[in-house]
Amino acid sequence: MSKRIDVKDLNVYYGNFLAVEDVNINIQAKSVTAFIGPSGCGKSTFLRTLNRMHEVLPGARVEGEVLLDGDNLYGPGVDPVTVRTQVGMVFQRPNPFPTMSIRDNVLAGVKLNNKKISKGAADALVEKSLVGANLWNEVKDRLDKPGSGLSGGQQQRLCIARAIAVEPQVILMDEPCSALDPISTLAVEDLINELKDQYTVVIVTHNMQQAARVSDKTAFFNIAGTGKPGKLIEFADTTSIFNNPAQKATEDYVSGRFG
Amino acid sequence: MTTNSLTTSQGAGRAGDKVFSGAAMAAGCLILAVLFGVALFLVVQAIPALTAPAEDIQGGNGFFAYIAPIVVGTLIAAVIALVIATPVAIGVALFISHYAPRRLAAGLGYVVDLLAAIPSVVYGAWGAAFLAKEISPAYDWLATYLGWIPIFEGPASATGKTILTAGIVLSVMVLPIITSLSREIFLQTPKLHEEAALALGATRWEMIKMAVLPFGRPGIISAIMLGLGRALGETMAVALVLSSGVLTASLIQSGNQTIAAEIALNFPEASGLKVNTLIAAGLVLFVITLGVNMIARWIITRHKEFSGAN
Repeated sequence: MSKRIDVKDLNVYYGNFLAVEDVNINIQAKSVTAFIGPSGCGKSTFLRTLNRMHEVLPGARVEGEVLLDGDNLYGPGVDPVTVRTQVGMVFQRPNPFPTMSIRDNVLAGVKLNNKKISKGAADALVEKSLVGANLWNEVKDRLDKPGSGLSGGQQQRLCIARAIAVEPQVILMDEPCSALDPISTLAVEDLINELKDQYTVVIVTHNMQQAARVSDKTAFFNIAGTGKPGKLIEFADTTSIFNNPAQKATEDYVSGRFG
Repeated sequence: MTTNSLTTSQGAGRAGDKVFSGAAMAAGCLILAVLFGVALFLVVQAIPALTAPAEDIQGGNGFFAYIAPIVVGTLIAAVIALVIATPVAIGVALFISHYAPRRLAAGLGYVVDLLAAIPSVVYGAWGAAFLAKEISPAYDWLATYLGWIPIFEGPASATGKTILTAGIVLSVMVLPIITSLSREIFLQTPKLHEEAALALGATRWEMIKMAVLPFGRPGIISAIMLGLGRALGETMAVALVLSSGVLTASLIQSGNQTIAAEIALNFPEASGLKVNTLIAAGLVLFVITLGVNMIARWIITRHKEFSGAN
């Protein structure tokens, strides 16, 4: 239940502005891949092309190929809705649906596309997903309460439970801990470690220690200057990115001598 | 001599603050005073009608026998207007906020807002001179084929000047109110929630059901209530369009009357107790509108926990 991602010659645009240039990357199944780099270097933009969320913004488009186990996400006739059921996403700020209970939040994706699910199966799935997100023990007695009543860290884990409930192949995380306190961050990082047993996880982070802690491989993105496109500078095992980077720019960034 | 240095304050900044808070307070009080004044006027002037012997009131059966049919008529006209306008308005608002290309959306928004700028007497003239005539064949059809339903019982009015026509005209008048408020609410849906839905694999319509409508629910209710207020109180259009009469179940026969139109049509020639009666009718309309708004607030607060405000 996880697929690899191969990106070939991908250019990402906002209107006529080239935001990310010529990315080639191969992301392995059942691994955690971290994207690091300075603000504005296009790592979040690139992440959003992996489940076609980029094109939600007006004027946004891409050129190139993103292959999910060989199938091009941007091939003709591919429905972005199908892509997004295969490639789930967790956002920077926790965003459980405020009008739904915790239980309904977990089931939100499952009930889409007119799928019916029996109450027993739904109960089992809610428990499985919340257990999978390390949240079950904290919320099992208040599943009917609104998701917005949880703490930030709990909300983020609820969002992860919501994402894994639809059983995607890949989970994308866009700075999932940047709005969380250190203890909640630790809980989410532990969870990421467990998720890679079943899913391909791609995480964007500003926190280099976090990248070092959770990821198997790390991609470093950089930008030459304002108005220039972001580029993938280096992609390698996390240990070599942090200990023995091949590029000068990577070394400057991970050692804090940036800019 | 010891002075606490913290007690000396910057005079100018404080003065501005005081002026502003005073002005805000005065504005708030003024609203309350106006509201209280209107309510007091209505009550004082209505008392003679409420306490008068039954045979002195128009119709000869007392105030409540007089007011009850036109209260029902008012509600019927308002309900027709909302039943027609609400789905259309929400559809148009969603189209503008989430479906239409940006330039078309802006243009359409202006056009809808323009509908609100047309004076109600123009709507009334249009309804009476054009719509009533054009729509009466449809009423004949309704009377022939759906006449077994009491609200469509024939014979249909030949002029088309019925409560249904009045309701349709009212619906066009409340449409821009509900549309522009709903559109504003829909545009404020947090991107975060819309993207959450899309990222789960929701289609655009599912995203709207999941994120936009639940978030906009209190706003939609407020918009409908504002529209209802307009429909309940609208005078000119109803007075021109409706060929009024006694309370009738059928919507396609002439008959029925609304409070506002009743007051407008009778006030110029009224004198003595008749004036008090009409003012008492106004009081009843005031109370109905107040009640409607309170119910709306109650509906909104009932779901506060899930509203997204927290």
